[in-house]
Amino acid sequence: MAKSWRFLIPLIIFGALVILLVIGLGKDPRKVPSPLIGKPIPEFSLPELTDIGRTLVDDDLRGQISLVNVWASWCSSCRQEHQALMVLSENPDFQIVGLNWKDDAQDALSVLRMTGNPYDRIGYDPDNDVGIEWGVYGAPETFVVDQQGIIRYKHIGPVDRKVWEETLQPLIAQLKAEG
Amino acid sequence: MIRPTHPLLPTALLLASLLSGLLFGGVAAAYTLEEFEFDSPAQQEQFRDLIGKLRCLVCQNESLAGSQAELAQDLRNEVYEMMRAGQSEDEILDFLVARYGDFVLYDPPLKPSTYLLWFGPFVLIGIGAVVVIRTLLSKKTTPDQPVTDADRARIDELLNADQTADRDRPSDS
Repeated sequence: MAKSWRFLIPLIIFGALVILLVIGLGKDPRKVPSPLIGKPIPEFSLPELTDIGRTLVDDDLRGQISLVNVWASWCSSCRQEHQALMVLSENPDFQIVGLNWKDDAQDALSVLRMTGNPYDRIGYDPDNDVGIEWGVYGAPETFVVDQQGIIRYKHIGPVDRKVWEETLQPLIAQLKAEG
Repeated sequence: MIRPTHPLLPTALLLASLLSGLLFGGVAAAYTLEEFEFDSPAQQEQFRDLIGKLRCLVCQNESLAGSQAELAQDLRNEVYEMMRAGQSEDEILDFLVARYGDFVLYDPPLKPSTYLLWFGPFVLIGIGAVVVIRTLLSKKTTPDQPVTDADRARIDELLNADQTADRDRPSDS
């Protein structure tokens, strides 16, 4: 080993550590990866928020691509993404299914009356029964479910234009191609 | 008149305040257990143990046992219901890991994706030890340089110069 550059070794190790730590700092510890990716959606059955007499079940998520959006009236980030969802609701490639999570039905309905309803159907889960099955630990969360009812992706936090263009749109195009 | 003070009074007061701290601290920490009923103290102990092993995903540095978050309350209820239904500790942990991932466990499981976490420190210590041992050995194996006549002459010169300097210096005493 040539002696001339050996003194650089500690410097290189230090540099590598700095890079590692900077990457670590840039990551959001709140974004916990879901173990449900690649797994079939859990079985569930919930009353529908907009029509308590009707039931939303897991089979309603099969046969077409679905975005499953976890939201609540008390959740301010959900209001942030609401406009984006309204725009997405016009896209015919997928349905948007809401999971109204740990919420009060009246509060939730009044939010929808005021800001519009981007959802095709909404499951009402005030007691977090289905939320636990889906590993929900905050709102908003958005799952992408393929035609076979397999969870393909989970987005934590509000959906915005950037998330749509960089992640969701390519994924949905891919799912559509898969058929 | 000065009231006679018992010599142990300050100590007793200190003890009393410490004890009450413990007592009320205990009450404050037990809030989550009060709403759960158990068949036996052993079952309560098992529940307490279990929720201490699980992480609250909202406030990530707290266990389910210590967290006031609503989600933690939901998960405590879930764990409680599962326990009452006679499920084993492993079944309950598996249930939560299947939904929330390994992150709900405070103790990361040993598996290929966590090998680096578990063995990394030992590998680093090993590398360090090898470096240290090699450095020490390489120093030992460097042969001593034979002292040449020129060296001796230089040594004598330096030693003599030193002695001369000593002699010439004015005495301090």
